Amino acid sequence: MVLRVLRGVAGLLLWAQASMAGAVLNIEIIGAGEHQIPIAIVPFGGDDKLAQAINEVVTGDLQRSGLFRLVDPTGKSPHEPAEVSYPDWQVRGAEALAIGTVAAQPNGRLEARFRLLDAVKQTELTGQAVSAGENQIRAIGHRIADLIYEKLTGDKGVFSTRIVYVNRVGKNFRLIVADSDGYNEQTVLAQSEPIMSPSWSPDGSHLAYVSFETMHAVVYVQSLYTNQRMVLADFRGSNSAPAWSPDGKQLALVLTRDGSSQIYLSRPDGSGMRRITFSGAIDTEPNFSPDGQYLLFTSDRGGSAQIYRMPVEGGAAERLTFGEGTNFSPRHSPDGKSFVFAHLDNGKFYVAVQDFQTGQMSLLTEGGWEKKPSFAPNGKLILFASEARSRGILATVSSDGRVKQHMFTQSGDAREPVWGPYP
Amino acid sequence: MKKLIISIVLVNLLAACASEPKKEAAAPAPAPKAEAPKAAPAPAPKAEVDPLNDPNSILAKRSTYYPFDVSVVQEADKPVVQAHAKYLSEHANRKVRLEGNCDERGSNEYNLGLGQRRADGVNKMLVLGGAKADQLESVSYGEEKPMASGHDEASWSQNRRTDLNYTK
Repeated sequence: MVLRVLRGVAGLLLWAQASMAGAVLNIEIIGAGEHQIPIAIVPFGGDDKLAQAINEVVTGDLQRSGLFRLVDPTGKSPHEPAEVSYPDWQVRGAEALAIGTVAAQPNGRLEARFRLLDAVKQTELTGQAVSAGENQIRAIGHRIADLIYEKLTGDKGVFSTRIVYVNRVGKNFRLIVADSDGYNEQTVLAQSEPIMSPSWSPDGSHLAYVSFETMHAVVYVQSLYTNQRMVLADFRGSNSAPAWSPDGKQLALVLTRDGSSQIYLSRPDGSGMRRITFSGAIDTEPNFSPDGQYLLFTSDRGGSAQIYRMPVEGGAAERLTFGEGTNFSPRHSPDGKSFVFAHLDNGKFYVAVQDFQTGQMSLLTEGGWEKKPSFAPNGKLILFASEARSRGILATVSSDGRVKQHMFTQSGDAREPVWGPYP
Repeated sequence: MKKLIISIVLVNLLAACASEPKKEAAAPAPAPKAEAPKAAPAPAPKAEVDPLNDPNSILAKRSTYYPFDVSVVQEADKPVVQAHAKYLSEHANRKVRLEGNCDERGSNEYNLGLGQRRADGVNKMLVLGGAKADQLESVSYGEEKPMASGHDEASWSQNRRTDLNYTK
């Protein structure tokens, strides 16, 4: 799959980044893409004056995608095309080469100028200046990695996106937003009662989530800019599973105010609340299709938890999963052609995908404690909660199942991750 | 919607002071001697012991347990729920929170729904047994507050539970 489609644009795709300086977490990569593009990332001129080397950030990002093989640039350090001796790089097996410089501007911002070169054809593939605030070296690295990724794979990069997850240490819970590689953590909410089910607004400006701070499940909506928040739903029993529509004009959520867990729609301010499922069973985890017309959800109306689909405006629900085991937490792929979900069979959770057209389900992981999968906005990677060494961790798997990575956060358990939208 | 606690104060003051509801199910009743120094209202009208505080009473049991993915009250737990129903019907000032919990097999959201259904099941049985709806509140913690954290039946069986938590 994927591979050097130059000048492709659009598309979806990949994600995060590493680099060990000041590492908050430890990332392990398992497996590799079928075809890896050999690329050398030369340390940027001026890099030594920064707190962190940009090329480390770029290298970490590309490596974690599983789609690149990093060629060691040691001993050569061109920063301008005129300084590049192509035979040096051909000998090392590099097909692409990234070079550049970085410097602080008079206004204090950092500006990196980088070029991506085709080492075989000896041509420039792209060149761009990327700037950011002085503390945002990593953001510059992610942006450059996105540009390289898009140019060489034809799919849009997701290194500049963010993720949200819940960190649990003992009885303390924190809602955390971080860069897609887990760095740059920001605490949105910290408390000693559980937090679950964070959900991104489509523009990435707000989170809806469930908090138990008043001793029962209540849905809140919080701005990531002002930190201001409001109660979206606080009816008797449990209020949960918020999900935004693609246009951001409504949310689907689950209430038990009229009996069992049923799905409702409301405006983002909590007004216009109306019920749309009437099963008497547990109907939960609604997720809008990219065109806003359908909802996927989990229901045990047939006797066990399975995935169903129904029109947002109401109407008959269609069961989508059959066979052994139970299924939970469905989410559409960005192109709307498939959905990812957690499959429980014989005591193990797997990340699974199913194609809408063929109804074919495939497992992307070997099974374990793998829950709550969500697609990166380019559809090429899936983020989920896993477990390793007795800790809850974040993990990703490429949508073809080939490349996996485990991200160990600083302490405690990482739970309920969701990949955010493009910035 | 929070239930406003309209606790009418005409309740038996003495019962109130003699028996603060205990949070912990198995907590032994406070040692009687500890009560002694308290300036008891003149001649204590018959040491009326609140059965809720009697460790030997069936009311000392404050949890119901379930098989996997099941939310109906099991036969073994029915006498416990019925005893609490009777107690609540005789003590209108008492309130209890029914807190449903689940093991971790299922999504967190599905388990929130399942825990709510477990709590609601106990709630219905209490009402049938004479408790008033305004004495009861059903909530769910799903799999968020496990009592035991292992990935095994020994832990899971403890986590599939509804707790009756007296709040007043």
